[in-house]
Amino acid sequence: MDQEIDRLKDQPETGFITSQQEKENKKKKQGDRFSSTVKALKKDWQLYSLLILPIAYLIIFQYLPMIGNVIAFRKFVPGGSMFGEEFVGLHYVRMFINDPTFWRVFKNTLMLGGLTLLFNFPLPIIFAILLNEVKINKFKKFVQTASYLPHFISTVIVAGMIMEILASNGIVNQLIEMITGEKIIFMQSADWFRTIYVGSEVWQRTGWGAILYLAALTNIDPNLYEAAAIDGAGRLRQTWHVTIPGILPTVVTLLILNIGSFMNVGFEKILLLYNPLNYATSDVVSTYLYRIGLISNNFSYSTAIGLFQAIIGFVLVMSANMISKKVTDRSLW
Amino acid sequence: MLSETKAYKVFKIFNYFLLAVIVFVTLTPFMNVVAQSFSSEAYINAGQVFLIPKGFNTETYEVIFGDRTFWLNYRNTILYTILGTAIAMVLTTMLSYVLSKRRLKGRGFFIGFSVFTMFFSGGMIPTYILYNNTLGITNTIWSVVLPGALSIYNMLIMKSFFENLPDSLEEAAAIDGMSTYGIIRSIILPLSKPILATMILFYAVAYWNSWFQAFLYLNNKDLFPVTLYLRNMISGAMGMSDVGQAASDNQTQIASNIKSVTMVLTVLPIITVYPFVQKYFVHGIMLGSVKE
Repeated sequence: MDQEIDRLKDQPETGFITSQQEKENKKKKQGDRFSSTVKALKKDWQLYSLLILPIAYLIIFQYLPMIGNVIAFRKFVPGGSMFGEEFVGLHYVRMFINDPTFWRVFKNTLMLGGLTLLFNFPLPIIFAILLNEVKINKFKKFVQTASYLPHFISTVIVAGMIMEILASNGIVNQLIEMITGEKIIFMQSADWFRTIYVGSEVWQRTGWGAILYLAALTNIDPNLYEAAAIDGAGRLRQTWHVTIPGILPTVVTLLILNIGSFMNVGFEKILLLYNPLNYATSDVVSTYLYRIGLISNNFSYSTAIGLFQAIIGFVLVMSANMISKKVTDRSLW
Repeated sequence: MLSETKAYKVFKIFNYFLLAVIVFVTLTPFMNVVAQSFSSEAYINAGQVFLIPKGFNTETYEVIFGDRTFWLNYRNTILYTILGTAIAMVLTTMLSYVLSKRRLKGRGFFIGFSVFTMFFSGGMIPTYILYNNTLGITNTIWSVVLPGALSIYNMLIMKSFFENLPDSLEEAAAIDGMSTYGIIRSIILPLSKPILATMILFYAVAYWNSWFQAFLYLNNKDLFPVTLYLRNMISGAMGMSDVGQAASDNQTQIASNIKSVTMVLTVLPIITVYPFVQKYFVHGIMLGSVKE
């Protein structure tokens, strides 16, 4: 590594004159850039002044915690600096690699994230296409209004509803008892947690998730449908050859975003719904790090886990974006 | 449209039926909670309350109305929502307006700087330490109001709205000698009512619904928002005696209808306002998201 740097340093000296010129050009360019920046600042200072507050906000509330992640590699002393006191290297990383509970919660995160993606990604698309076939406007509006509603409800209320409905004397158990004669203890059973979680996510998000697809659908040129119909395509074929390509860009964009949030499975909801009896399937990385960090006060260890999770999320979104750019020519940026 | 095939007609009937079922399933939990809130506990325990109240009574509402902590927390929620939304609107409008100006030097950098925070964040613990040790805002309303005060997602929607406004208006005003601040005040903001309404609604709903910030950063019960009151009730962290004088028998579990009443009261403002503002935010989000 050092040798390479030396070689790079040496190189310019072999072509002294050109490098001198280059340097001067560079200086000039830098000077130009500097003076044009000054010009821009002068001309648009009012515009720039509007940036001060939001950028300061982002630095304090977003970037400072990012830097605070260094306590994953330093020992945090209660009451001490937010950047920790003593460098311990990969100590905490090694700790979670050897932690069997970590791998259990990691697996749960992947399972819940994967199942959510599997159901919550395609269902809004299907729902939007079905809704688009409705020609009675009043009915369409009514369905939309009803389906968006769960999106606007606090997670606390959703969790409360789930617990009431699935309680041993709740309406679901009444039905089950009528049919099978027995009750299911939903909330205390690890076998049911995934179903409950994914089901409630579908209930909450399908309607709202369809909104962008509905917007994309209204932008499709109706002439395309007529042309397809004249060519003899039935409604199903029209959907396949006109509707799907028409909403594909939206689909890709939302898929990338969905993949990016794959690791952040609904932390708040799980925290409200889980209990030691269903930990086997409900405990995820974020709930585990919450318990380690804020209940057991092991700040550095849980930051290491959080950082690991954040990096996976970041890599996922970057890769999804890159693949999409290559395959479909669509990307987020 | 050409004549419809038989199969398509069958599909249409099936489609209406399916959508009706989806609506029913979506609304059932809400109706169930409302029915429970007006029912007597005995019928709820017997599992007989589905969509219609049984043993109709409003006593539980009176109990909750009489609970000092509930009202205090309810008032806190209103305060946090108004204050938080106001701060968020100022920050979001400023950032999105500036970033919508294509001529701005350094625009790409600032967009990247903002968008990066959507994909990578500091995590729960460093944020907690920052609030608690460095900024010292835990156990104050700022730890609830400030964290959600700039959503980059909302900012991007607003930015693309601004980008679609005609440039000529601003240029004309600038030639007439109007300053940037003046242009924003008398041209941009009046033209942006739909997107402003949408953003206000999004932020207000987010603040109204949030509980986790308060759960993490607040210890003082008098500062809790109503969502946290409800959370403590649901999770059993609150005993019967905490809720007014509702406890006539010594149950450790809080009665279902007390929970239901709290849920109904917490969600009521949203449900009441929601149908009226719905068309604005649907319009707003479509304006902001579809355009390339």
